Amino acid sequence: MIEISGSETGQVLKCYHCGDECDDDFIEIDNQYFCCHGCKTVYEILHENGLTQYYRLEKNPGISQKEKPQNTNFDFLDNPEIRQNLLSFSSENFQNISLKLPAIHCSSCIWLLENLRSLKQGILDVKVNFSKKEALVSFNPKTISLKEVALLLESIGYPPEINLSTKEETAKNTNRNSLTIKMGVAGFCFGNIMLLAFPEYLGFTGEFTRELKFVFSYLSLLLALPVVFYCSSDYYYSAYRSLKSGFVNIDVPIALGITVLFLRSAYEITFDAGIGYLDSLGGLLFFLLIGKWLQSKTYEGLSFERDYKSYFPISVTRIDSGKPKHVGLKEIETGDRLHIRHSEIIPSDARLLSDKAVIDYSFVNGESAPVSFRKGDYIFAGGREVGKGIEIEVIKKVSQSYLTQLWNNEVFKKAKEDFKTLLINRISQYFTVIVLGIALVAAISWYFIDISQVWLVFTAVLIVACPCALVLSSPFTNGNVMQVFGRMSLYLKNADIVEKLNEIDTIVFDKTGTITHNDKQGLVYEGERLDSRQLAMVKKIAGNSMHPLSRAVYAGLSSVQDEAEMEEYTEIPGRGICAKSGGHEIRIGSAEFTGLNGRPSQQASGEVHIMIDSMYYGHFNVGTKYRPGLKTLFKKLKDHYTILLLSGDGERDLETVAADYVDKNNVHFNKSPQDKLDFIQQLQRRGQKVLMIGDGLNDAGALKQSDIGIAVTDNVANFTPASDAILLGNNLKFLDKFLDFGHYAKKIIIASFVLSFLYNIVGISLAVMGYLEPIAAAILMPLSSISVVLFTTLSIQLTAKRRKMFTP
Amino acid sequence: MIIIVFLICISLCIALFFLATYIWAVKSGQYDDTYSPGIRILFDDQSKKVEKSTSDKKNDIKKSE
Repeated sequence: MIEISGSETGQVLKCYHCGDECDDDFIEIDNQYFCCHGCKTVYEILHENGLTQYYRLEKNPGISQKEKPQNTNFDFLDNPEIRQNLLSFSSENFQNISLKLPAIHCSSCIWLLENLRSLKQGILDVKVNFSKKEALVSFNPKTISLKEVALLLESIGYPPEINLSTKEETAKNTNRNSLTIKMGVAGFCFGNIMLLAFPEYLGFTGEFTRELKFVFSYLSLLLALPVVFYCSSDYYYSAYRSLKSGFVNIDVPIALGITVLFLRSAYEITFDAGIGYLDSLGGLLFFLLIGKWLQSKTYEGLSFERDYKSYFPISVTRIDSGKPKHVGLKEIETGDRLHIRHSEIIPSDARLLSDKAVIDYSFVNGESAPVSFRKGDYIFAGGREVGKGIEIEVIKKVSQSYLTQLWNNEVFKKAKEDFKTLLINRISQYFTVIVLGIALVAAISWYFIDISQVWLVFTAVLIVACPCALVLSSPFTNGNVMQVFGRMSLYLKNADIVEKLNEIDTIVFDKTGTITHNDKQGLVYEGERLDSRQLAMVKKIAGNSMHPLSRAVYAGLSSVQDEAEMEEYTEIPGRGICAKSGGHEIRIGSAEFTGLNGRPSQQASGEVHIMIDSMYYGHFNVGTKYRPGLKTLFKKLKDHYTILLLSGDGERDLETVAADYVDKNNVHFNKSPQDKLDFIQQLQRRGQKVLMIGDGLNDAGALKQSDIGIAVTDNVANFTPASDAILLGNNLKFLDKFLDFGHYAKKIIIASFVLSFLYNIVGISLAVMGYLEPIAAAILMPLSSISVVLFTTLSIQLTAKRRKMFTP
Repeated sequence: MIIIVFLICISLCIALFFLATYIWAVKSGQYDDTYSPGIRILFDDQSKKVEKSTSDKKNDIKKSE
């Protein structure tokens, strides 16, 4: 292994494992380049076990190992109770577990995971479910423990996401499965009924067909039974529920249409008056269910319902009379002593028993700089310990802690109720009344013309007005838009969100992690000039520390090319680093640590001070780095929307934010998670429709309260709080494009409504005049549906192409 | 005449058989993941070797047990 500093060729090197651009400190083995030690280690493991095909199936298939959490602790998997809860099957020689592996993303992943058994003895079989990003791992517990399986997966870059909320998802799946079956049954019945109706279409007459007609119509009636009594059940139920709550949704005319279609057809067949409209009935349900199925489609690999439980660890180390023991989070009581290791999360509000702790709260309150605590201090839950291990005493139970209390708010208890705002349901109220009106007027008119036609005309109007094409407009338009957005890494929870995007008039942004990068920070130096040799020493020393500020300094100095040696390295958590290099003693750290007292402490949080040989030089300002492309975005958005910014941060970035992004009056700092929620609520009381864009746990309440909440993340595999959509951070700059496209989609929906109304007008006029032959209905129904589907799909996909709605 | 009715019944039975197969396929989870089966079929040569070596290993385990 050779470590080279600085690339001489000048061309950009891509990591063989993950495909990221290599920094200057890349690593080379076997003529392959790696961006970091993590990536190299994974390569070595695979190379030793003859699994390098992984790299041949797809180019740079790996996941960057640079920002992986430091050695996740899977010790809790040794606790038999917790293990029993997670395993789907367990016997002496065979255990089976379904693990969520968010890092699964390509065919190489499938190949590697399914060949896992050649990597370690005891693993019997792995089956990957790609769309759910899950792997069903079978192993022999005598040879390999569950904890070892988890560690093995982590070591090759697929850390399993294990939490107790995993089991709740099965109900949703069975629902969709039953819809898929209903769709199949409807398709089967539709096809066969149509086949049996064919002689009638072709107009065969005479005694030869009389008996056949009898058999065929009763067979059709038989085939229509499952359609009416099984496939349509959702529509009756939904219509009943909406009528009960005093609201006419679009399922009411559908349920009415289905019932009338069936009753009239059954009447015609039993009294030998005709063959009925059973083929139209089958087609209607088949198309309706396809639309419904499309609407229920979602990104199974992503979770939109996460709360703090999936962020918190599954268990913690409790100290029972001096001995550490892993216990489930629920079992923690007030007064327990807990041991928190480096990079673990504080599970509940507690008092610090150790001398010192440094805790990173950036994900919880948006404050980017870590906070240090002393013995006896009150620590809030949710922070990540960045110093060395600490001991704490629990003061409040997990569910009553400051952070988790947010989830006791009412917003989290009810689902967002919004079906009334959907365009289709607003139209349906008038639609049903108008159709019933027309049917009545027609019936009354026919009463005076020909009394025998009254019922026929009345039912014919209800049949032909059944709003099949109308109902298909939204699912197909929104479903296509959802797919287009997915190509640009905006993943919607469901297709209806597209329609709600149109109503938005206010956009609220979070600052830390949303419009700024969480880990990439800008670096400015103030003080006496450091020469390149000194910079190299600082870089070398900072590179050895895991502290976020040291990492920022190290990353900021990546252009420094000199190499420095280092000895006697000591890191004092929460204070700084002291080391020797080339005979010089160098201290890097807080103002206090470098012997500079009496500086304002709030300022110090983003500063790294440098002292060389007892002489103070100056400090690096680790500033906030904003995501690129956002300035133009904010300028564009300002014309059409009210833009607000909420931050849990202190006010130090006010000037930059106000200058480039949001008006000063619309920037609000020092907001707690509850404040954010209340703030959104206030806006909504004033009638504003709010789009909230945030990233952390601190935005969870606001995301839930807002009309649409979008969670921004740099890696879709990471934790995101419950939201309506998940957006990749790099594509936040396209927000205006998304909103514009949403407006366009609404126009398409309206246009296809007009189209389906035209069909309805034709159909209703035929029905009113008493000309509605079964064959006319059988042609009109599928024709209108298919033309609406084609129109919406083509116009969305073509416009997406013209507007370049894909990530370059 | 009766022959047509007979044929229709047979064709319906065949169609019913396919419907039953479809329902079985949905329930057994074949539509849960539509991406990986298509990819999996392409991993042939290398994984056969691997399988061999693992089956050897499995035999070893059995022997040691």
